Order: sequence, then C-alpha cells, then structure tokens
Amino acid sequence: MDSSPAFHPGEARRTTRGGALLSGPIVRRAMLDAVVKLDPRHLVRNPVIFVTEVVSILVTVLAVRAAALGEAWAFQAGIALWLWLTVLFATFAEAVAEGRGRAQAESLRRARTEAQAKLLLRTDDRALWLPRAATELRVGDLVLAEAGDLIPSDGEVVEGIASVNEAAVTGESAPVIRESGGDRSAVTGGTLVVSDWIVVRITAAPGSTFLDRMISLVEGASRQKTPNEIALDILLAGMTIFFLIAVATLVGLASWNGQPPSVAVLAALLVTLIPTTIGGLLSAIGIAGMDRLVRFNVLATSGRAVEAAGDVDVLLLDKTGTITLGNRQAAGFIPVPGVTERDVAEAAVLSSLADETPEGRSILAFARERYGIEAPALPEGARVIPFTAQTRISGLDLPQGGYRKGAVDALVRSLGGEVPAELRAAVDRIARAGGTPLAVAKDGRLLGAIELKDIVKTGMRARFDALRRMGIRTVMVTGDNRLTAAAIAAEAGVDDFIAEATPEDKLAYIRKAQAEGRLVAMAGDGTNDAPALAQADVGLAMQTGTQAAREAGNMVDLDSDPTKLIEVVEIGKQLLITRGALTTFSIANDVAKYFAILPAIFVASYPELGALNVMGLASPESAILSAVIFNALIIVALVPLALRGVRYVPVGAAALLRRNLLIYGLGGVAAPFLGIKIIDVILVLLGIA
Amino acid sequence: MTAIGWAQIALILGLVVATAVPLGRYTAAVAAGHVTFLAPVERLFYAAGGVDPARGMGWKAYTLAMLASNAVGFLLLYAILRLQGVLPLNPEGVGGQSAWLAFNTAVSFVTNTNWQAYSGESGLSYLSQMTGLTVQNFISASTGIALALALSRAFAAGAVKDLGNYWADLVRITLYLLLPLALLLGLLLVAGGVPQSLSPYIQATTLEGGTQTIPLGPAAFQVAIKQLGTNGGGFFGVNSAYPFENPTPWTNLLQCWAILAIPFALALTFGHIVRDIRQGWALFAVMMGFVVAGVAIVYAAEAGGNPLHIAAGVDPATGNMEGKEVRFGVALSALWAVATTGASNGSVNAMHDSFTPLGGLVPMLMIQLGEVLPGGVGSGLYGMLVFVLLAVFVAGLMVGRTPEYLGKKVGAKEVKLAMLAVLILPAFILGFSAVAAVLPVATASVQDAGPHGLSELLYAYTSGAGNNGSAFGGLTADTPWFNTTIGLAMLFGRYGVIVPVMAIARAIAAKPKLAASSGTFPTHTPLFIGLLAGVILILGGLQFMPALALGPVAEHLVLATGKTF
Repeated sequence: MDSSPAFHPGEARRTTRGGALLSGPIVRRAMLDAVVKLDPRHLVRNPVIFVTEVVSILVTVLAVRAAALGEAWAFQAGIALWLWLTVLFATFAEAVAEGRGRAQAESLRRARTEAQAKLLLRTDDRALWLPRAATELRVGDLVLAEAGDLIPSDGEVVEGIASVNEAAVTGESAPVIRESGGDRSAVTGGTLVVSDWIVVRITAAPGSTFLDRMISLVEGASRQKTPNEIALDILLAGMTIFFLIAVATLVGLASWNGQPPSVAVLAALLVTLIPTTIGGLLSAIGIAGMDRLVRFNVLATSGRAVEAAGDVDVLLLDKTGTITLGNRQAAGFIPVPGVTERDVAEAAVLSSLADETPEGRSILAFARERYGIEAPALPEGARVIPFTAQTRISGLDLPQGGYRKGAVDALVRSLGGEVPAELRAAVDRIARAGGTPLAVAKDGRLLGAIELKDIVKTGMRARFDALRRMGIRTVMVTGDNRLTAAAIAAEAGVDDFIAEATPEDKLAYIRKAQAEGRLVAMAGDGTNDAPALAQADVGLAMQTGTQAAREAGNMVDLDSDPTKLIEVVEIGKQLLITRGALTTFSIANDVAKYFAILPAIFVASYPELGALNVMGLASPESAILSAVIFNALIIVALVPLALRGVRYVPVGAAALLRRNLLIYGLGGVAAPFLGIKIIDVILVLLGIA
Repeated sequence: MTAIGWAQIALILGLVVATAVPLGRYTAAVAAGHVTFLAPVERLFYAAGGVDPARGMGWKAYTLAMLASNAVGFLLLYAILRLQGVLPLNPEGVGGQSAWLAFNTAVSFVTNTNWQAYSGESGLSYLSQMTGLTVQNFISASTGIALALALSRAFAAGAVKDLGNYWADLVRITLYLLLPLALLLGLLLVAGGVPQSLSPYIQATTLEGGTQTIPLGPAAFQVAIKQLGTNGGGFFGVNSAYPFENPTPWTNLLQCWAILAIPFALALTFGHIVRDIRQGWALFAVMMGFVVAGVAIVYAAEAGGNPLHIAAGVDPATGNMEGKEVRFGVALSALWAVATTGASNGSVNAMHDSFTPLGGLVPMLMIQLGEVLPGGVGSGLYGMLVFVLLAVFVAGLMVGRTPEYLGKKVGAKEVKLAMLAVLILPAFILGFSAVAAVLPVATASVQDAGPHGLSELLYAYTSGAGNNGSAFGGLTADTPWFNTTIGLAMLFGRYGVIVPVMAIARAIAAKPKLAASSGTFPTHTPLFIGLLAGVILILGGLQFMPALALGPVAEHLVLATGKTF
C-alpha cells in the first residue's frame, strides 16, 4: 500500500465513500435542519447557544414592542436579526456535519435489505430449512447461505467455505473467503455469498448487527458527548456565566454615573463575549471527527475511542503485513568464487520458472529489475521438480540443463559436497540480518545463493520517526526469533520489539505499559488477539478477522489494513487539536470585541471613553452591530475548518503548541480587529449605520 | 521614575528571589515531616488533640477538620471582640464591638483577609490584638498553607486518597515556619523602632501647648506575622503608613520582603513536592512577571503625577505624592501597593485612594485576577494551580492529547470545580458592587462622585472577596450594610474557593500518574509561562473589564481633560 509519510488524515484517500466537504444537497437539507434545531429542548444541550437563543427572543420581543409603540426599533431589530443568525449558523454547522454522516448512512441502509434467511432445522442436514425473515432470527440460530444469498445477519461460519462480496460494508468489491474455523470465520449481515455455501451461526440480535451499529454511528443517532467534550462544555458554560455576571451587573454599575445601557446593547455585548464560536462548532467538530474515521473506512464504537487514539503513547504493530510486506522477497544474488552474479541470477530465474509462490515470483521480478533478465516462457518438455517438505528443493529440468534451488543445507547435501567458506559466510550474514538464504545449482554444481528478505515497506522508517516526534513509541510484534526480529526492528526503525510473541506476551506487554501510565493501541484480527485488543486502550480489529476480535476491539478497520492504526492516532489528535484551536480562537476574540463595544456603550456617560475606540468605528450603533455581525459570520466562516479539522503536523508537543498558539491565539486576538473594522466600513457604505 | 527608585524595587524583589530558594526547600521539608527540632512541643499538641500525625486524611476529613478549626476560631474571636470591654489587658478601656462589626472583623481575620472596618488604636484592646487577631494571623496563614500542601500532594503521587494530615500540617507550619520567622522579623522590627509594649497610651504636650495621645501596644510581633502570613491587618488604623508601625525605609524593606517571601517560596515548595523544581519556577515566573509589570505601571503612573496638581503649579518631578509617606516616596509606595494586592496581604504604606487612576487600577486588578500573583500564603498557590488546570485544559488540546498536568488527566470534574472556584470572585465583587451602586444605604458611605466613587465601591468588594483586606479608602465601611456584605464576600471568597479546590485535590489524587513523553507538552517552558499568564488575564480579568472601564479607566481619560466631579 501507499504509505507516504506526508499523509494528513484530513485528506481522505483510498476511501470508498466520501465526496466534497459541502455538497449542494447536504447544504440545502442542513438549512432546513438548522431551523428545526432551534427547538429550545434541543438547544438546551448546548448552553452557550441556548443563552444566545434566549437573548435573541428577548431582543426580538423588545423590538416588536418598540415598533408597536411607535418608538425607534430599527437598531433593536438589526441586533435581533443578527443574534438569530448567530443561533442559526450554529445549528447549521451541526446540521451540515450530521448531513454528511447521513449521506453515508443512506448508502449503508440500501445494503440492509429485508433478506430472507434459510433457517436450518437440523445441524446435520443442509437440505432441511425453512424460510424466515432476517429480522426474526435469534442469536444461536443456524442458517444456510448459498451462492446468490445475502447473509441475513452477523454470525460465525460453522461449516463450509464460500467467497463473499462484502462491498456493502467495506466498499471493496473483490470477494473474500469465509470459512469455518480459523481467523476468517466472521460474516457480516448484508454481505453477499458469491460462490459455494456456508452454514452460519447467528451472533447478533435483530437491530444490533454490525451494519445497524454502523448506520447509527455515522448518522450520529447514538452520538453521546465524549468525556473531553463534556469537560469543554462545562468550561464554555462557566465562561457564559462569567459574562452573564459581567453584563448583568453593568446595569447597576453604569447607573452610578448616568443611564444604564439598553437591553439590546447589553444583549449584544453578552452574545459577543460568550464563546459562541466554539459553542456553535463544538458538536460539528465531534461529528466530523467520527466522520473522518468512517471515510477512512474505520468504525469506532464510540467517540471516546477516537479521543483515546489521540492520547496513545505506545503502538503495538504486527510485523507481517504492517511493517514488512509480508512475503519474503529476493534481495540479492551471491555467487561462489568463479561464478558471476549474472550466472546465479540466470540460474535462479530458470529454476523458478514453475515456482508460483510469492518468493518465486519475487526472484523473477528482482532478476528482471536488477539484471534485465526476462524470464522465458516455460518451454515444452520441461520437467518440473516440485517443492516438498521432505526435499526442500525445487527446480526445473530443461534441455540445456537441470536447475535447482532450495534450502542451503538440503541442496548442498543433495549435491554431496561442502558449502564453500565464502558462501557459508554470506549465508550466515543473510540469516543474521533476518533474511532467508536459498542455494542455487545447475547440473549438480553449486553456483551461489539467493538472498530472500523480509522487505520493510517503503516509508515506514519516516512514519516511525514522525511518531517518535509525536511522543509515540512503536513496538514491533513478531513470531520471528530474537535475532531476526532485532534485525528487522533496526531496519524499520521501531523503538522496541517483542520476538517469538505469543498472545500472552502481547497482553503482558500492554499491561506493563499501562501500569507505567501509558496508553496502548494495537491492531489484531485473530481470536487469540481478542484479550489484548480488549486490554489495549485503542484496539483496532480487522474486518476480515474473527467475530471475537471484532467484539473485543473498540474500532474496526473495514479495509483490514493494520497500518492504519497510525492514521487513526493522527485522526484522534486532529480532532482534539481542532477543538482546542477553535476554543482558543473563540476566547481570544473577546479582546477586540471589548474595544468595539465598551466605548460605544459608555460614550454617552463618558465621552472620553471614545479614546478606546482604537478601530475608529463610525458610530456607537455601527460598532455594536459590526461586532455582533462579525460574531455571527465567524461561525459560518469556520465551518469548513471544523469539518475538515486543523491540519496536523507530526512534530513534538512543544512545537505544535507554539504553532497553534500563534495561529489561533494571536490570530484570534488580531482577526476580529480587522473583521469588525471591515464590517463597519461596509455598514457605513451601505448607509445602514 | 528614577534609577534609585528602580534600585530600591530591585533590591527588595531580589531579596524575595534569593530567600525563596531556601525557604521553598525548607517548607517542603516541613511538609514532609522532616523538620523535627521542636518534636516534643509538636507531640504535646498531638497528645492534647488526640491526633496521630502519621495518619493520612482523605479530602473530606481534611476539609472538615479545616472548616471545624476555622469555625471554632471564628466563634472564639467573635466572643473576644464582643466582650473585650470586660476582659483584662485593656488599659484604654475600649468597649466591645457591635454585633455587625464583630462579625465582620472575626470573618475578616479567620479568612486571612484582615479587612478592618475599625481602627486598631481606638477599637481594640491589647487582649483582642494579642489573643484574638494575632492568633488568627497565625492560624489563617497555616490553614492556607496546609491546603496548598494537600493540593500539591495530589499532583505528586498516582492513585492515592491520602492528602496528608491537616492537624500535623497546621502544627508543623505554625511551629517550624511561621513562628521562627515571625520571631526573627519581630526582633528586627523592634530594633528598627516598632513598639512592643503593654503600657497605656502616652499623653504628650505639643510645642503649641495642646495634648496629643500617642498610641502604643504590642505591635512589632503582630506586624511581623501580619506581613509574613499575608494577613495585612494593621495594629494601628493607618497600617504600615504609620510611623510606629513602619518607621524607616529599612523596616519598610523588611516588611515588603515579608509580604512576598512565603507566597513566592511556596511556588518552589510545590516544585519540590511534585519532584520537579522546574514546575515551581514556572509558577514563580508567572507570579513575578505580573508583579514586575504591575510595579512598572503603578510607578510610571505615580511618577507621572496628577495633571491637575501639575497644572496648579506642583513640581512634576516629585510625582504624585498625595497620600504617600515622604520617607518611602513614589517607588516604594508603588512596589508596596502591587505587592500587598498581588499577595493578598492588604497592609498599606500609602493611601491607594490617592493614587492616580491607573495607579489605583493596577492594585485592584491584581486582586481581581484571582489573588494568585503570588497570592496569599497557600491560597495563592492553590489558586494558581486552578488557573494552571484551566490553561492546560484549553491549550493542552492543541497538542492533540486530552489535557494533562504533571501526568494527571484534566477531565470534566476538574474543569467544573476549577470554574466554580474562579467564578466566586466575579460573582461577589461585581454582584455586590452593582447592588451597592444603586442602593442609597450603600451609596451614602461613598465619599466621591464620578468614576472615582465607583472605584472606591468596587475596590471594597474586590478587597473583601479576594481576601485581601486593603482599603482603597474613601468609604465609610462600618455600617451594617457593608459589614454584612463585605463579611459575606470574605466568607465566600475564602471557603467558596477552598471547598472546590479540595474536591479538585481529591479528583486529581485519585488519578493515575501518566508518564510524560515528547507528545505531552512541557509545563515549565517560557511558552507555558506566557500561556498561563494569558489565561489568567483572560479568564481572570476579562469579566472585570466593563466595570474597570467605568471606574479607573474612565477616571483616567476624564482626568486628562481636566474635568472633575
């Protein structure tokens, strides 16, 4: 797979569903939903915006009353309008985020057709079954699924083998093999059997299948506030109370010398001071974070798991398939004295012509790449010597000679000789480096050796370096012996490794790291991974894995690519950073708003306070209105950022903080000065104020 | 501003830094029970109270013990103040305080505020001064330090319940830290000319033939603990501006050092307790940064003088000397004003009411920012840690991890309690001020019209709720309204913060201590120091801006135009 280190989780790739950040239908639907969401019973969950709504109602009533009494009402109406827009923009942000999830849920729902199940009456007779609606299946029922059938619900294959198209869930249309026993026994409701048959024991009650959970997750229906979101909500509610006190007491304090400001003006001051920006965008950020994972084909069982991903200190990665390509590949030809490398290469190619294993293919590919040797077609009359576990040798007898390759000791013994010292040294070196040496012979003469290596995926070292800068230790888990493991670990650049790892070793390693106060993430697929997946703070299960693994993890990767654990961590971090950045921005905005509104409010009592009008705003009314308008517009302006997430750069925490403080802290102080001034100028040009 | 003025300021602040290092380490040793030179005396207290000093207390037991001891202290002091007229050691025959005043005074001294709605020389007997106020000066200071130690311990260890033993903390701090320092400082002050006498007041005949009453009393040692314990209640009415309470620039240097010494040292004690002294220095730097900035503003404002005076022909070179003692001058008055308000002390060596508007704004803001710069003994540290939690929470997210401080995750519970603690000051300061500004029974006590009058009102509640105790002046505070409302402000300003803080201590203590990595953002760097300062200004200060705009800011701008009220 592509594993370029410059990956940014915001830029979804390899996705099967997704689309533009804001598409027409979603926006149109969101506009409608935004109005529906004005229901105070819904808004009360969001204290900042709820207060804004209450204040909007109050000012609206006052404006209407003023109009009815024939008093000046335009200013109050203007304030009321923009206060309402502030609320609407906030609900719109949430609606857009939800809309994007809903679009994905729709495509999932199409897969959840009302399947008819073939309920088996007896375990030993596949011919005896009753039709039964999928929704009426119970846990433990046995059903038959044959070619062309939709698998009615989640379950475990207990008999048979079949190829299954899981595109409904994973988006990947190439069929996968599902068979009883082993690590490929889990099937998902809504997927299609393409060939053969399987007997499935149902493991999920109706309505709680994997697909159901996926739909409710991406729709945000079962969305609960995450712990960090709750904490942030409390902070924002607290700040709202701060400013409620500050504004309410102004009535008394301003009465000391002069008239207290009007309710509309106080309302404007309050709403601009309370953190409406982050308050309006908070739930959108959370929904979008989950959404990013889904687009990335990873499903988290809860938002809590996504946050935990941001906190991970230790990543446990399986060597095979994650760090290395998984198959040993040819990486060199070593001749014995008197033979050229090219001779070895040619012999190796001819001996491998009939070898269909990945190792055999890699020899042909390597010879072509390195020496330009094109493999000829298998000639007529060639006799194939197949590999057997007994001989550990394979080859080809051609008219021009007999070519053999095989385990060094086995081949040399069959030739009846000794390994030359030079070759022995090369062979030992290869074994020490974690590779596998193969000997090559032609017509009974030893020519040299082929070096097969576990190839580390390109770019992994850079990824691990980036993780290290983020403060995350990477640990390679492998069944290899210590020597081999150490060599690959060094080449890949991981921080630690567990060699000859058993599932118990993994579990013990995770417990130890947790006892030291570290959070651990791991990926796994087998049943024996389940305890470790459950113990890990973030357990990424593979969709192709067993049901046990999928239940134990708190995330499932639909692409079954364990490397994605790294991106999952980055998405978790990005979610938290976005929240923090917009909170900082929102709070920092207050400074400029004071400079806009305070002189405007008090200029009647103390004309000298006009000196604080550093922006040179045209009039008290335009100053107040500009601040309110800026406050509303900034929410809409930041919706794309909230949905996309702040760009995450894998650098150390100190550098990251400096960078984000500069952009969102200082930027948050400066931006409104500029924004409010521009709006004021426009208001003057339009002749509104 | 003059070089000599800055040299004086630098000398005192330098002394504070120099003594903070050993004092911080020593206090940590006292807290750990490693200092034992008075062990027999210590054991006597434990035996009398039936206390096992080695037995740890959970947050509830610790907090209840503290509240109980403070309640007893309050009742005792209230009784003494009410009954002082019939009690001994009362050579001037001072009568008992009224119920309103005694309530206010007792609350004031138990809460380490030392707001004084009375005048010491005419309102208190020697017995009240010595057994009432001086005792509370020690106890309220030890209480604050004990609570700060309990909170510090919560950050030090992983997954514990035990926050230390309140009684042991109280006894050890009093015995090993406050008493020796107060004894030493008291002797130095006696040497510097502060009276320590039980004789009646002296009736002197002046050159013009009139009679003058010269008040005396056991002042020196009470003054020592009033400064060291950031209490601030003057033995005499005009506090450390009075020649007998603070006779010379040298006693001024000692007292000003004493105001700041322990609060600053406690920041380093925190570093020792969490076994990372850099954390202590970071808090220290934030505190010192604000003090230096505050002094610079006040000094500049006061040295600039009052434009109306200058227009009337006063030499601008002297600066604004109204309300200042000639023996201290502008620089030392500016430093003291910032130190006493920053440190929640409340003693004064000049009249804050007579400062220029900006010179008066800074002391008020130093209190409003939460009394954490460096704050009262103990209360400054725990208040600062509350701000640290909030700073870490907001900014910590920006490094992509759920926030943590010293390996302790900051979650919803801590944020809720921290916000509750921070909410107390604006609620009581702004709430009471707003009501008082429109209530005739309150406005009648205010001396000045216009923005300055509002400043006088605002300052009184700021001082009370912030447990500072200094008076701006210009306010007749001994009325049932002010005695009651300021009394309430002091009570809530103290215990309304302490209870959430102790609940924070419990929540933090219970959490596992996570290992740091390069993914956790460091909390000892200049970046963090700047961040923490910003959070204090924004979360602590923003809500006061409208009120300050109507008070000192308006006054400053109006004054420049030459207008008066």
